[in-house]
Amino acid sequence: MSGPVLRAEGLGYSVGERALLQGLDFGIAPGAPSFVIGPNGSGKSTLLRLLHGLLAPSQGRVVQAGIGRQAMVFQKPVLLRRSVTQNIAHALSLAGIRDAARIPAALEEVGLPHLAHRPARLLSGGEQQRVALARALALHPDILFLDEPTASLDPAATRAVEAILARAAARGMKIVMTTHDLHQARRLAGEILLLHRGRLIEQAPAETFFQSPASAEAQAFLRGDILE
Amino acid sequence: MQDLGAAFQQALGLVAAGDAGLWAIIALSLRVSLTATLIAACIGLPLGALLAVARFPGRQGLLVVLNALMGLPPVVAGLIIYILLSRSGPFGALGLLFTPAAMVIAQAVLITPILAALTRQVLEAMWEEYAEQLRSLGSGPGRAVRTLLWDGRFALLTVLLAGFGRASAEVGAVMVVGGNIEGFTRVMTTAIALETSKGDLPLALGLGIVLMAIVLGVNAAAQLLREASARWSG
Repeated sequence: MSGPVLRAEGLGYSVGERALLQGLDFGIAPGAPSFVIGPNGSGKSTLLRLLHGLLAPSQGRVVQAGIGRQAMVFQKPVLLRRSVTQNIAHALSLAGIRDAARIPAALEEVGLPHLAHRPARLLSGGEQQRVALARALALHPDILFLDEPTASLDPAATRAVEAILARAAARGMKIVMTTHDLHQARRLAGEILLLHRGRLIEQAPAETFFQSPASAEAQAFLRGDILE
Repeated sequence: MQDLGAAFQQALGLVAAGDAGLWAIIALSLRVSLTATLIAACIGLPLGALLAVARFPGRQGLLVVLNALMGLPPVVAGLIIYILLSRSGPFGALGLLFTPAAMVIAQAVLITPILAALTRQVLEAMWEEYAEQLRSLGSGPGRAVRTLLWDGRFALLTVLLAGFGRASAEVGAVMVVGGNIEGFTRVMTTAIALETSKGDLPLALGLGIVLMAIVLGVNAAAQLLREASARWSG
């Protein structure tokens, strides 16, 4: 295992006087998926946007090491008013990638080759999220950020997305994902980062975290208690 | 009422017979308004898209000016353009006053703020939805403007049609800068005003019928485009 691909150093983010994240110091190693979990309002989505570069930190910095391309999938898929194929082609064009063969390959990967020429925004919620995943996967990112990508999906669509992510991770793509679904984290995560009130409470291998959480907050969170 | 009925019948007769004078006026009207709409679109659409995407000092002030210009009285616009194009004006040497080109300029000046403001409204809502995703994909402002203009094309076509409708219905400014010269700068609206003042109701009504048909056609096209947009983009 090599060093971290991402490192947060004294990372903080504030809106006005309100600190959404503060004093975060951690590394994200390559390999199995890293899951950021925590109660609502703990700062999971903000952290992901900082790591991806969509937000500029108020304090500290994010250091990236050896990351070429990165992509992000949002909770609510934002697809252009175009066909499925054109959505992926647009992303490839923005990235300066001219390899059109990636489009059918990505659609095959998410199981939607039959919808290639359909208007993307008229698909079901689950299909739209898989198109958003195909768009991200077509970029062949070294690291893929996902912000609760299955939060609005039914169990079948959730399983489909999880299977896609498991295959991507098995191919060596680093996945950093937020979720509020502990079962999902158990199924997919290699590492857990628990956030609470904008602070990193615990970072541990998934197995260790779920079997013997070190912090009182983690123990309470796993019990389903409301964190104070 | 009998006079009005007779005038209406004569008007329909003129339209149906393809009266050369009437159709020359209609052709010039369409040429002037379509050209003005094209010019205004080339300026107003990118400007509106840029205002939807970009945040810069003075943007709010620019928006206030743009919205105020939407209500610019046509005769005032015509007067300013008249002064600019008159022989002693800064552009007098171009010899554009009392030509169709001057009428195109006047209509373009009037509808460019309308197209820009409506474009901004349409695309700003789209930008709120797209912004984070496009930034994540590495899109800069210039590329984002192009993406928004393309994805908003159906809505923007209705904006263009609204601009064309406004241009073709314009009378004050084109009267001032065009001069309403028969066979040269006489368009539907100025002809209607003139023929009505002369008491030639059949020709005025005939032109009015065609103008109304164009306005109705434009609105029907806008409606069809809205429906097509809903079917395609959801």
